[in-house]
Amino acid sequence: MIRRGLLIGALAALMLAGTQAKSETLRWSSVGDVATLDPAAHNETFTNNLHLHVYDSLVRRDRNMKIEPALATSWERIGADRWRFKLRRGVTFHEGEPFNADDVVASVARMLDPGSRGAGNFPSIARAEKFDDFTVDLVLKGPYPLLLNDLCWLSIMSKPWMEKHDSLKPGNIAKNVTTYASTHANGTGPFIVESYQPDSKTVFVSNKKWWDKPTHNLTRIEFRPIKSDATRVAALLSGELDLVAPAPLQDLDRISATQGFKVVQEPSFRLIFLGLNWRPELLAMPGQKNPLLDLKVRQGLWHAIDIETIQKRIMRGKAKATGTLVAPQIAGYDPKLSVPYGYDPEKAKKLLSDAGFAKGFKIDLNCSNDRFIADEQLCVAIGSMWAKVGVEANVKTETRAAFFPRVDRGETDAYLYGWANLPAMDSISVISVVLASRKDAYGGNNPNGLSNARIDEIARAAAVELDEDKRIKLLQEALKIARDQVSIIPLHLQPVAWAMRSNLDVPQFPDEYVRLWFANLKK
Amino acid sequence: MKALASRYLSLKIPVFVLAAGVFAGALTLVAVLAPFIAPYNPTNISSFNLADSEIAPLFLGGDDPRFVLGTDNQGRDLLSAIIYGARISLIIGAGAVLFATLLGMTLGLIAGYFGGWIDAVIMRVADVILSFPTILLALLISGIARALFPAAAEPEWAPIILIGAIGTHDWVQYARTVRASTMVESAKDYVRAVRVIGLPSRQIIFRHIVPNIMASVLVVATVNLATAMLTEATLSFLGVGMPPTYPSLGTLIRIGNEFMFSGIWWIALFPAITLVSLILATNVVGDWLRDRFNPKLRVRL
Repeated sequence: MIRRGLLIGALAALMLAGTQAKSETLRWSSVGDVATLDPAAHNETFTNNLHLHVYDSLVRRDRNMKIEPALATSWERIGADRWRFKLRRGVTFHEGEPFNADDVVASVARMLDPGSRGAGNFPSIARAEKFDDFTVDLVLKGPYPLLLNDLCWLSIMSKPWMEKHDSLKPGNIAKNVTTYASTHANGTGPFIVESYQPDSKTVFVSNKKWWDKPTHNLTRIEFRPIKSDATRVAALLSGELDLVAPAPLQDLDRISATQGFKVVQEPSFRLIFLGLNWRPELLAMPGQKNPLLDLKVRQGLWHAIDIETIQKRIMRGKAKATGTLVAPQIAGYDPKLSVPYGYDPEKAKKLLSDAGFAKGFKIDLNCSNDRFIADEQLCVAIGSMWAKVGVEANVKTETRAAFFPRVDRGETDAYLYGWANLPAMDSISVISVVLASRKDAYGGNNPNGLSNARIDEIARAAAVELDEDKRIKLLQEALKIARDQVSIIPLHLQPVAWAMRSNLDVPQFPDEYVRLWFANLKK
Repeated sequence: MKALASRYLSLKIPVFVLAAGVFAGALTLVAVLAPFIAPYNPTNISSFNLADSEIAPLFLGGDDPRFVLGTDNQGRDLLSAIIYGARISLIIGAGAVLFATLLGMTLGLIAGYFGGWIDAVIMRVADVILSFPTILLALLISGIARALFPAAAEPEWAPIILIGAIGTHDWVQYARTVRASTMVESAKDYVRAVRVIGLPSRQIIFRHIVPNIMASVLVVATVNLATAMLTEATLSFLGVGMPPTYPSLGTLIRIGNEFMFSGIWWIALFPAITLVSLILATNVVGDWLRDRFNPKLRVRL
């Protein structure tokens, strides 16, 4: 009898434990996987998004996207180009190393290393200097107004851990450099990487020793990339997943009509645009002068895009067509620039023939098929629209793992890309990283030789301008030049749409970040 | 040759085999004549309009008489896309079979006729290849091809890569069949006789052995055509086959699959039906041919 009672008790306890653990496991799927676990090896928003679950930065965004202390508790500017940060005491890394100023100095040095792919996000920082064990000075190249915004993206790694695993130098996904840190992570953040199988599954467990008081109730996160829209939605509806972010636009109605599931959506910061080749020749037409160097051709290509129909048919009315490069919430946005060049195929043909391309020309159009919302569909549609004005677009779609390095190497004529102005949430990001010519720390995502002297000047001037009004004027001037010169062709701000079980509560942000340290699964 | 032909004509062909043959033949004809038959050319990206996207088929209440089977997510006429898709599937299937036949026959003949170490080498390579699943090997080959030759990412190269990738796996079956038949034939008296005369090996192989093993090769080829098309469709469905601008049936199914849950199911369904019936028909004909030429079953037929 006693034995049976014990057995039943044990069984009950087991079952209870089982249900409890299960109810706090969040199973999440996105379109693609993280590019790497190494914070300095990439320049991808989604990858950074996942890293923030594991790595803390000196400062971070709170629930209202305001900047708040994280590993730094306070800071002050002690000179035009020097900021002093007081560090949090008593913090330990996941593998037990205590956190101190050496870790910050090593992490900053690693991020700014010439081999780092992420260095372009920190154009202003010269170096970090240790003042004492819990005080660090960041030395800037000049006065800089957006240091804190940038720091939200700078993951702090453990110096002894990097030394132990020979990873003090960063990896780089564009150059295929990998280190121990590419496949392992050891941060101070709210979740610990339990296992990482690239392109298959990454499992996180809650960090019980996190320095902050958790507001989430998760014990475990299972992340699985699922490329196919239909499979992802099927997995959600059949109960294999709790969260699908992003959710395919064509399925939103069906998901929200299904009992037990909900859809949350809002417009995001992310501009979808076409980058162009500014070199002397196009890849599609070797040996001939690049037609894109003629402003009329670029204007023609913009006028040839029927953005209204794209919004209606492909984006299902959820995106916002735009004529400028930043979202309304981003500093530097100018409503006067926001109207796209209208769809006008006749005008497009006229512009092309005025430029001497009445018979059109050939151009490559490269896209990912698993990164941006409906990316492949957008490319085929734009290729079709260009073909109608005589520009023969050779549409090439491929997976993000092949596409992004291709863009980085400059092996494209026109390519579909996205820019959300993160982490700065300021126009200076698109101006100095996408528009400015590639020199020093500028132009990290300007692989095809785009160059405008005034934009280069503004990128450097706005970066050190502390008078906010003057700074905004400069940013707006650069955005106007980009629009007038058709430096890149903006298409729309893509929506963030997530689908999840009704009992899941995750706040949504316009930067598209999934911040699961705010997530709650109700019983 | 004449005797062979009259033997074919005197065969009693079951009705469903005949039906399958006629269907496969008709579809092949439509595919070959696609530029003249299809209402639109879906590979010409200027020929479709995004504003026409996702129109339902006529019999489902679609209101546009231009599109009998409706349109896909880009506004492509689905009927035309299927006709051209079947054309691409057949071209790649036939190309892969041809490639595999040539490669397999050559190696099989060498292995079967000469024997010895060269036989051992060829057959061990064949065993290794056979131990890879078709899809895995095809994925590997297309991946390596794309990495080695950047030009291979061009859409025009996609069919050639697919033919190479599928053929590289399938030649093994031909090689085995041909090797076995060659060994059987080589041991027969007529081959021994011409050997004694001192005819060079090349002549013995091409004049005497090849004509006598062609029947079994053709049977393998018919059965293989179906699997080759299926492999192509699978690769395209996985996104490593034909690009969306030159859709094969597999690419159309992949595109349609994204819309299965949103009520726009016809984009995937009609290409799928076409693919299934094409492969079924080819299989039925192939199976019947195989039984026909199997000496152990011939008694019963």
